[in-house]
Amino acid sequence: MQLTQTQTAPMHRRRSLTDVQIQVLFIAPTIILLVLWNIFPLFYSLYLSFTEFSVIKPDVPPAWIGLQNYNKLLNDPRIWQYFALTGRYVVTTVALQAIIGFGLALFLRERFKGSGLVTTLILIPIMMSPVVIGLFWKLIYNPAFGIFNYLIGYSVPNSGPDWLGEASRALWAIIIVDVWMWSPFVMLLCLSGLKAIPDYLYEAAAIDRASPWFQFWRITLPQVAPLLLIAILFRTIEAFKTFDLVMGLTGGGPGDSTELIAVYLYRAAFTRFTTGESSALAYIILVIVIAVSNLYVRSLNRIRGEQ
Amino acid sequence: MAVSTTHAPITYATRVDKVGPRYQITRALRIIVVLLYAVISLIPVFWMVTAAFKSRPDVVAIPPKVFFTPTIEGFISLLTKRVLLPPAMVEEYKQRDDLNFAERIMAERGQRITGPSQYGQRLVNSVIIASASTVLSVLLGVLAAYAFSRFNVPGKGDLLFFILSTRMLPPVVVTIPIFLMYQQLRLYDTHLGLILLYTVFNLSFAVWLLKGFIDEIPREYEEAALVDGYSRLQAFRKVVLPQAITGIAATFVFCLIFAWNEYAFALMLTSERARTAPPSIPTVLGTGGIEWSAIAAGTLGFLIPVIIVTFALRDYLLRGVTFGALRK
Repeated sequence: MQLTQTQTAPMHRRRSLTDVQIQVLFIAPTIILLVLWNIFPLFYSLYLSFTEFSVIKPDVPPAWIGLQNYNKLLNDPRIWQYFALTGRYVVTTVALQAIIGFGLALFLRERFKGSGLVTTLILIPIMMSPVVIGLFWKLIYNPAFGIFNYLIGYSVPNSGPDWLGEASRALWAIIIVDVWMWSPFVMLLCLSGLKAIPDYLYEAAAIDRASPWFQFWRITLPQVAPLLLIAILFRTIEAFKTFDLVMGLTGGGPGDSTELIAVYLYRAAFTRFTTGESSALAYIILVIVIAVSNLYVRSLNRIRGEQ
Repeated sequence: MAVSTTHAPITYATRVDKVGPRYQITRALRIIVVLLYAVISLIPVFWMVTAAFKSRPDVVAIPPKVFFTPTIEGFISLLTKRVLLPPAMVEEYKQRDDLNFAERIMAERGQRITGPSQYGQRLVNSVIIASASTVLSVLLGVLAAYAFSRFNVPGKGDLLFFILSTRMLPPVVVTIPIFLMYQQLRLYDTHLGLILLYTVFNLSFAVWLLKGFIDEIPREYEEAALVDGYSRLQAFRKVVLPQAITGIAATFVFCLIFAWNEYAFALMLTSERARTAPPSIPTVLGTGGIEWSAIAAGTLGFLIPVIIVTFALRDYLLRGVTFGALRK
C-alpha cells in the first residue's frame, strides 16, 4: 500500500484501509502470537494439575487422579498461611513503591539542570539482573562484612541485627530490596503521566487562586491516576510471582518466615519435583491473581469513564 | 478607534505563581530530596561497582572496606577460563617470562589462564535477542494499543484482560511446557526462540502501558487530521506516534530491561548457540566459594549498555506535551 508523503490532502483516501481493516491488522498479530505461545503451556499444565507426575521420572506417564491435587492443596493450612504472607508482602511492597515512586515523580516533574541524568541514575536499580541483586544484597545485609548495618549506625561488626537470619526482619529485608528496585518503575510511569498534563489546567487553577492542595487532588491525581494504576497493577502481578529475589536472599527462611507462595511453588516444581501438584498450585495462584487484577481493572475503567 | 502602535510579538510567558520566594524554596527542597534519594539508592550499586575492582579478601573484609587497592582480577576471571595450578607448580609458573599482564595477575592466585571465556559471545547473543524482542514488542504493542484506544473493538474488555492474563501464570510452571514445545518446534537454543518468547512476555505490558499513554492524547488532533484528508494510517503515523513518544520511550526501556536481564528461561531454553549473558554471570564460580568480584564485573559490564540506552533516551522520557495544549 502506497502512502503519499505530502502534508496536504492526499488523494488516496478512498484506497486506504478502512477502520475495520486497521483494527484487525493492528490487533491480530498480538493476539495470535499470545494465543500460540500460551495455549499449549496453559492447557498442558492444566492437564498436569489433575495428574500425579514428576518431570524427573519421564518414564512414568502422568496418572490421572482427578481433583486430588486441588483437594490436598486447598485443605493444607500451610498454603493459606503462605497466601496470607504473600498478601501482606504484596500490599506492603506495592504501597511503598506507589508512594515513593509517585512522590519522586512529583519532585522530578519540573526539569532542572541535570534532571535527565538524575532520572537515569535513579532508574539504575531496575536495570540490574534480579539474580545478581539477590546475591549482592545478601552481601550488603551480612552482619559481619555487610555495609547495611554500618550505614544505619552499627559500627562494630556483628553488633547489628542479622536482617536475613531473624524471622521478624527477613520479610522486611526483602521488602526493602523490592522497594529499592521497583520504586523507580512507578516513578517513571507517573513522571510520563505528569508530563502529559496540559499546563492550562494549572494556569486556570492559579487564576482562580486554587490552593496547591486543591490542585493536587483535583488536577494532578485524577490526571495521573490511569498510569499510576497501570504501574500498580503490573507491580501487583509481579509481586505475587516474586521468587527469584527471595531465593537469592533467604531461600524462604528462616523457618518459613519468607515462604511466599511463589517460593513454595518453585520448591514444589524444582526441588521436590511434584510437577502435577505444582501445576495445580499454579492454577490456584492464577485464579487469585485474576480475581485481584479484575478489581484493579474495574477501578481503572471507572476512573477512565469519569474523564 | 484605531490605535496602531506596533508591538513586538510576545514570545515568552511567566507564570505568576512561579516567581515568588516560596516557590523558589520549595523548588530547591524538591531538588535536594530527589538528589538525596538518588544518592541513597545508589549506595548498593556503588558497593557492587567497587566489588568489581576488589580483590577477593577485600570484598568480604571485616569491617567493610570503602578504600582499597583496585585490581582487575574480577574482569580477568570473567573473561577467561582458568585452571588451578598445583601449589608445587605455582612458583615455577611465575618464573616464566612469556607471561602477559593478565596471566601474571592470575598467577598470583595460583591460576593459569587456558583461554577466553564465552562471555563475549554471550554478550553478543544478549544484544541480538534483547534488541530484536524489544523492537518487536514495542512495535506490535503500539499498533494494538492504538486500535484498542481508538476503536470500539468487539470484545475489547475481554481481549485486553486476556492480554494482561498472559503475564499472570507463575513462570516456574510455564517453563516445562515451553521447554517441551520448543523442542518440538525446533526453537530450542535458537535466537528466534528467545526473541519470540521475550516478545510474548513483554507484549502484555507494552499493550497496556501504551494504551494508557495513547488514551491521554486528545482525539481532537487526529480528527482534525482526518478532516484535512489524512487517512487513518497517516494520522496514526504523523499525529499519534509523535505525541506518544514519551510512552514509547518508557515502554522501550522497560521491555529492554526485562529482555536484557531475563534469567530463568534463558537458562532452560538455551545451551550453547543462543545462550545470553545473565545465566553465565552467577556461574562464574571459582574454587572456594562465590567469586564476588567476577560476578560484580560481569554485572557491571552488563549494566553499562542499558544505562547508556536509557540516558540517550532521557529527553524523550522527560518530554512534555509536544504540541501546544488543546483547549477543550
